[in-house]
Amino acid sequence: MASLIPCPHCGPRPKEEFTVRGAALPRPAADASTDEWQAYVYLRENPRGDYAEHWHHSGGCRRWLVVHRNTATHAVHSVADAAGDRP
Amino acid sequence: MRYSALSVLVNGLTGKVAPAWRSPDPKPEYDVVIVGGGGHGLATAYYLAREFGITNVAVLEKGYVGSGNIGRNTTIIRSNYLLPGNNPFYELSMKLWEGLEQDFNFNAMVSQRGVVNLFHSDAQRDAYRRRGNAMRLHGVDAEMLDREAVRKILPFLDFDNARFPIKGAIRQRRGGTVRHDAVAWGYARGASQRGVDIIPHCEVTAIRQQNGHVTEVETSRGTIRCKRLALATAGHSGVTAAMAGITLPIETHALQAYVSEGLKPFIDTVVTFGAGHFYLSQSDKGGLVFGGDIEGYNSYAQRGNLANIEHVAEAGVAMIPALSRVRVLRAWAGVMDMSMDGSPIIDKTHLPNLYLNAGWCYGGFKATPASGLCFAHLIATDAPHKVARAFRLDRFARGHLIDEKGQGAQPNLH
Repeated sequence: MASLIPCPHCGPRPKEEFTVRGAALPRPAADASTDEWQAYVYLRENPRGDYAEHWHHSGGCRRWLVVHRNTATHAVHSVADAAGDRP
Repeated sequence: MRYSALSVLVNGLTGKVAPAWRSPDPKPEYDVVIVGGGGHGLATAYYLAREFGITNVAVLEKGYVGSGNIGRNTTIIRSNYLLPGNNPFYELSMKLWEGLEQDFNFNAMVSQRGVVNLFHSDAQRDAYRRRGNAMRLHGVDAEMLDREAVRKILPFLDFDNARFPIKGAIRQRRGGTVRHDAVAWGYARGASQRGVDIIPHCEVTAIRQQNGHVTEVETSRGTIRCKRLALATAGHSGVTAAMAGITLPIETHALQAYVSEGLKPFIDTVVTFGAGHFYLSQSDKGGLVFGGDIEGYNSYAQRGNLANIEHVAEAGVAMIPALSRVRVLRAWAGVMDMSMDGSPIIDKTHLPNLYLNAGWCYGGFKATPASGLCFAHLIATDAPHKVARAFRLDRFARGHLIDEKGQGAQPNLH
């Protein structure tokens, strides 16, 4: 794992400041089918390669981030605020 | 050849060393192809041959036999589980460990030195008492130890730790350790003797289907047809299942383990630090073998981070202050299937001749014999073994989770 996560608000920070939530998946609509919710809660693509995940900068700005990284090489490609362009 | 005291003497004098198992070239077709030549895959092949007489079997391994998690664990065996879906399964495994060496005629150094889980608070004591009661209701041995009884067997623990004072422990005397590599070797030898082809350096790259059935696998050593295909690729179950178009309730995470320099006999049991996640035993060579938590993020890299080494060392020194002057010789990591409820999957898939053995989290080693037996039962009879019925793939959809730790769908917390 890369030692640093480039937080868009705080700059490069040690990854120990962050808490990992897991795959960044689109949340189904409230009235989506049971199957869709089942897949959202339990099923994971779990690729050996590029992956998008929710990381929480719990020891920093406390913003939720979307981290794109490679699960085999641990290279971090991009980090963005999970809320889009908001600060 | 059957190993015995006489065979050791004769072979020692004549200098004859024969390979313990055959590694032939793959045949074009098998009744059963098992993907993954680790502990579970080899045990499955062994029990398929021994229990069910199915010997036209190939075990395909992308590395060498035992190069996966069977060679990367901390060798602990136990059956101290709380939940009804888990407890009988791990107890069957424990019973198989107890007869394993006689069964496969190989010295796996099964050592029932006991497993001691410390507790540090009233709440933790109550939880362990409940666990112990559940174990005894299932016929599994468990005993509660008070502080003084723990002090008698583990006098070097820090009993006055300000944050986590040791208040007692739960002990399973029948738990212990096993020489992990020898488990792979013993099962490989036993399977090979019964006709199973063990094929190393053979990576499966694609799974081909026709009319909703698996027909063959593409490998780095050519195409192999199969009547039934069994996946036992812990750590990479997501990758192999994806070849068959299946998405699993599993994430892959890395877990580190450590071994110290060799010391004189220091600890004659397995001990775990209940407050955090730290466990320690001493190998027969003298090294202290220990480990802690997973890294916490998805990873297929078989290496961990220095931050976790520091964290594990802190927990270890909090439990045993004398560890602070012990040098660590090696640290290594394995990658494991962390399932969404922390429990394994042994089941058929939506493809009727594709079978899945996955999701062992970081507790797969102790399960090896029962996992092999139950998976072989499923492949041979198309019905689940009675102690593995709870390990269904669709339990997440049905809401029948086996969440031993009560963490919910958060693999990095199990």
